[in-house]
Order: sequence, then structure tokens, then C-alpha cells
Amino acid sequence: MDATLNQPASEPVEEIETYLLLEALHRRYHYDFRHYARASIRRRLRQACQQLGFASISMMQDALLHDEAVLTRLLDFLTVQVSEMFRDPGYFKAIREKVVPHLQTYPSLKIWIAGCSGGEELYSFAILLQEEGLLDRTLIYATDINPTALETAQKGIYALDRIATFTRNHQRSGGRTSLSDYYSSAYDRVVFDRKLRERVVFSDHSLANDAVFAECQFVSCRNVMIYFDRPLQDRALGLFRDSLSRRGFLGLGSKETLRFSEHADAFTEFVREEKIYRRRDA
Amino acid sequence: MMPNGAKAIVIGASAGAVQALSQILPRLPATYPLPVVIVVHVPADPSGLVALFASKCAIRVREPDDKEPIESACVYFAPPGYHMLVEDDRTIALSLDEPVLYSRPSIDVLFQSAADSYGEGLIGVMLTGANEDGAVGSAAIIDAGGTVLVEDPEHAFADTMPRAALARCPSALTLSLDAIADRLAQVGTI
Repeated sequence: MDATLNQPASEPVEEIETYLLLEALHRRYHYDFRHYARASIRRRLRQACQQLGFASISMMQDALLHDEAVLTRLLDFLTVQVSEMFRDPGYFKAIREKVVPHLQTYPSLKIWIAGCSGGEELYSFAILLQEEGLLDRTLIYATDINPTALETAQKGIYALDRIATFTRNHQRSGGRTSLSDYYSSAYDRVVFDRKLRERVVFSDHSLANDAVFAECQFVSCRNVMIYFDRPLQDRALGLFRDSLSRRGFLGLGSKETLRFSEHADAFTEFVREEKIYRRRDA
Repeated sequence: MMPNGAKAIVIGASAGAVQALSQILPRLPATYPLPVVIVVHVPADPSGLVALFASKCAIRVREPDDKEPIESACVYFAPPGYHMLVEDDRTIALSLDEPVLYSRPSIDVLFQSAADSYGEGLIGVMLTGANEDGAVGSAAIIDAGGTVLVEDPEHAFADTMPRAALARCPSALTLSLDAIADRLAQVGTI
């Protein structure tokens, strides 16, 4: 074979397969993972391949294109998100102490939990707002791309063995009530009170493809953008900036930063150590 | 034995990690020509590793944010509770994917992604530890053409981790902590 036909450093086959599968997933089902951080995607695809019993990513792509059932299973690998209620209690404490006084000045509030996954963050917010007397005048948007996750969030049912962590976090977040006031247990599960989600709109929304849909006073998007590459992260941050009302608040995960984003100048640090930012408006 | 084209060092350690790293990291100069990316299994958050080693080391020590560029002359400790990966553009990627072998951060996850990114330019170091995390990742480094150094299990505080790595990687070099420190300190100076 003529060596000049080859690229100088030949690309690993797995890279080609990964690119093609993500392209197929987008064109066939409109799920867009093309700008997800590649190192994690690679790991998840290897895992999916192994656990779903495919010999290669190309074989998995073939099955994916022709069998919709493979999509559901693959999505669970690609969007896996392990969370807990009141994760990073200091974040919620800072919201109570520093953000709530600002939120209280609004007659009505809109809060967006972007990438709500199984709903842990959503119920944390709902409980916090209830404790602070704000839930009645708040509309919460809980969005995710994974329909299974949205369904879980909508049900508000969690394994009983997770409650000890949730309770400890809630207390450390400055909770004014007992977490057990908000759920009832049955066998090895707990169900959160439906009152907490009366003011919640659950919706399929993609930070990669969809647009702004409401004007919010607070956007919480934690540990979602760590899975995005820089261009997609910039897209999402642009959406948040455009979704926020004047001087609205943005909360990120504890190891996320706006430092490397093209939108860094659109926000100011509000509670630096808890990664709570505020939209910069003159 | 030690590649001149080395681009990065990754280190994995668990039980006994602080002692072992204390024999290695203070030997690296402030101008060390490579980045050193480390996963230590620690239960506590905050881990205190950065504060501890910053006071002992000439080289810069950080717990990175997501997307932070990986620079030479810097030690990066994985944040507690997160997997830490290396992206192809040589930035840090953090993830909250499920623990691997009950561990998050996981040595396997770091080593595998760094092997994908640095290939033969990667040196992996497996130190003391009481589980088998890092064995699969070490094999990935060897498969990608990189080098793996393993702390001599006979003298390690906990020998399970080095033994597991050696079992998966017959071509890895078994060395004392001192010898590992010597090798790492010499990288790039020859």
C-alpha cells in the first residue's frame, strides 16, 4: 500500500468509531453528544460496549441504528449521573444566607434546574424554598435530556439507604425542618411529598440544541457542564446568561469555574467558594 | 530505561500514600519539566493533601478545577469525590461517574485516559495500596507504549495494589521508593 495515502499519524480506529457513533446517534435520534468531553464519552462507550455485549463500537452503532431499544440502554450509559440531595451542603447554606434575601424581594420567582437528572437537586431546592417561605411563589423548571431520568425526578422515589446521607446533608445545609417531614417511607423506598412538585415543570431540554425558554432569577446547573467540551460549555453558559433576569444568579458545581469560558465577563463572583455567580448588568 | 520523550507522570496510591508521596514529591524541583497528575484514595473532603504537600514541596501543588490546562512543573491531586481524567487537549476533565472498585477518584480512570492522551510519553507510578485499583490502568499505559514503575511490594506499606499492577504488567519496573524518586527527579534532565 502506498504510504502517502495514509495520514501522517493514523487516527486510532476507536476514535473513528466514536465519532461515527455520536454522529449516528444525532442523525437518527437527535441526541447530540458530539460536544461532550471526549475522555468521559470514550470511557462510557467502552463500558456500554462491554456491558451490552458488543464486540466493538461499530457493532453497537449498527444495533443502535436499527433497534430503538438499544437507544434507551445506551442513553443510560451516556447520561449516567450520580447525585444526592443537598450535595455540597455549603452551596445550599450560601443560597439560604446570601441569595434568599435577594430572592425575597421578587413577587414571583422562576428557578431553572438545568440537567436535573433523577431529581435530587430539584427536591433539595423545593425543600429549601419551602423552608424559606418562597415555594408558593416560585415556578421551578426541571430539565434533562434523558426521559428515564425525568420520569424518576417526577416520581420522587428514592432508595431508603440513601436517606441517611440526604438527611445529614440537609442538616449541614442549615435546614430549618426535618427532612422526614417531606417524605413517607414504604418498604425500602421513600416517596417525596407531591406538594413539593406542584410548582415544578418537568421538561425535555437539551443544552446542546435547545433555546432559552423563560426568564429566571436563579439557574442551578451543577456538575452537568463537566461533561461538556469547551464550545458546548460556552453554548450552555450563553443560554444561562440569556435566561437570567437582570443580576440573576447562577450556581455551578464545586469544581466548575467560569475562568476558562468566553462568557467569564458576563458574570461576577457572588459567593466565590460556593461557585455562585451573578449576571453582570450595569 | 526511562524514556527521554516523557510528557507526563501519573501516580496512583491508597493506604500509606502520604508517607510514600512524601519520599517522592519533595524531590521534584520547582522547574520540573513535566506535569504530575495524582490520584490518592482519600475519604475526607477537603482532603488536605494540597496544603500538606504545598508546604513540603518546591514544585507547585494544586487541586484542579474542571477544564484546567495541565502544565509542567505542577502536581495535580484529584479532588475528593471526583474522577479525574486527562483530555486530548491536555486539560483536566472531572467526572461524577460511578465509583470504580469502590473508588472515586479511581486510579484506573486517570491512568486509562492519560494513556489515551499521552501514549508512549506517559510514565505511570503505582505505589502502596490495599485494593486493586490501578492494575487495569497500568496495563493500558503499557499497551499505549508508556512506562510503568511499581513500588516494590516487599517494602510497601500495603502490597495489594503494587502486586496487582505487577500481575497485570510483567514489563513494569519494580523499584524501591527511593529509586522511584531518583528516576522521576532525573526525567528530563538527561
